[in-house]
Amino acid sequence: MTTLRDVQVALPASPAEAVAAFGDGSGVTVIAGGTIAVPELNAGRLRPARAILLGRAGMDGITRTAGVVRIGAACPLAVLEAGVPDPLAAAAREVGDQEIRGQGTLGGNLCAPPADDVQRGDLRAPLIALAAQIRSAGAGGERTGPVEDFLSSASSRTRLLLEVEFEEPRWAGYASLHRAHAHHYTVLAVSAAETSAGLRIAVTGAGGAGVRLRAAEASGDPDDAVGDVEFADDALASAWYRRRMLPVLVARALATRTRSS
Amino acid sequence: MKLTVNGVDHEIASAPLTPLLHVLRDELDVTSPKAGCQQGGCGTCTVLVDGEPRRSCLLAVAMVEGHEVTTVEGLTPAGGLSPLQRAFHELGGVQCGFCTPGMIVAAHALLANAGRAVEREEVIEALGGHYCRCTGYVKIVEAVQTASRSDGAAGQPALPASDTEEVRA
Repeated sequence: MTTLRDVQVALPASPAEAVAAFGDGSGVTVIAGGTIAVPELNAGRLRPARAILLGRAGMDGITRTAGVVRIGAACPLAVLEAGVPDPLAAAAREVGDQEIRGQGTLGGNLCAPPADDVQRGDLRAPLIALAAQIRSAGAGGERTGPVEDFLSSASSRTRLLLEVEFEEPRWAGYASLHRAHAHHYTVLAVSAAETSAGLRIAVTGAGGAGVRLRAAEASGDPDDAVGDVEFADDALASAWYRRRMLPVLVARALATRTRSS
Repeated sequence: MKLTVNGVDHEIASAPLTPLLHVLRDELDVTSPKAGCQQGGCGTCTVLVDGEPRRSCLLAVAMVEGHEVTTVEGLTPAGGLSPLQRAFHELGGVQCGFCTPGMIVAAHALLANAGRAVEREEVIEALGGHYCRCTGYVKIVEAVQTASRSDGAAGQPALPASDTEEVRA
């Protein structure tokens, strides 16, 4: 049986070193905040050949220049809460509790594989609404592409996410079902934003993490949102309930839209 | 690997991916952080890393090499209790005690960062990730708020050692 000691650990000191250590990504687990990977390692459910710890790689910064926001993959959620535009900041505030947000990162939120019993990836929908671009490295070198392509392909599991980039939105809206307490997962949350890509609306917690609501974008009618989602029952809510709440939240997200600074 | 815990430097023998929690408890015999859920859900393993509260079960020890780790042992004055600990003791903020080290550490960070009397909502937000299995939240929140007020426990001297034996046992 392999032990934790058998895992080869790399602690890159720059993004370039991280890219070199990642290589083509085979046998690699990337650890940024550790909130998902460390318990898996501790329980023996995860035994990669190699682990790359991003904490010292200088990949946690945010820059906002000339109307473009760039966020490093290892940026903690707590920093996003106050440092980026809505709907991304609003969604980040609803993840876990203060300590988890201090530790968990944007990259982990986007790249973590689905869990058996809980949803992951609450920041996918806001980034879809913001028409974000993802810069990543891995087999075939570095590339930049739409967040939806990154998430819907194998890329999120096979490539090293370096940076997320999007335009400052002209306005943004966010509406979610109230979380009863800090340990509660987000049941349903709608993100909306208008950029030069136009109006985009996406939902977290309905039919997987991060679904774009194209029909509602086109018509502006919140009731059309249900057409883009395959609703599912889980421990948090029934498909019946989600189907009825989705148009309500879409309407709220559009109504509460505010000019972002 | 080198690790600084409560101001003391240690050379660590555990594997680099070992959770900080287990390095503290099993290798360094620092036992105030408790192994609760061990998946980041309960807050009983929370320690300070460079002054910020972090779940030690979610940190591989290699991630905190060169950083300053502080536990309740490092927040307790010799022969007495800190004003925050005293408030927990006097106001019934401690029942079975399992969650207390994590609560104290998180509350300490809240008060250190705030530097003023804190509101109930701030305490609830800061301790929101911490489970009290005895459900003693009302007294815990009261204790943190009391300690944050200059006219409360914060202004009083630490309890003498003889009065604290039952707390330490």
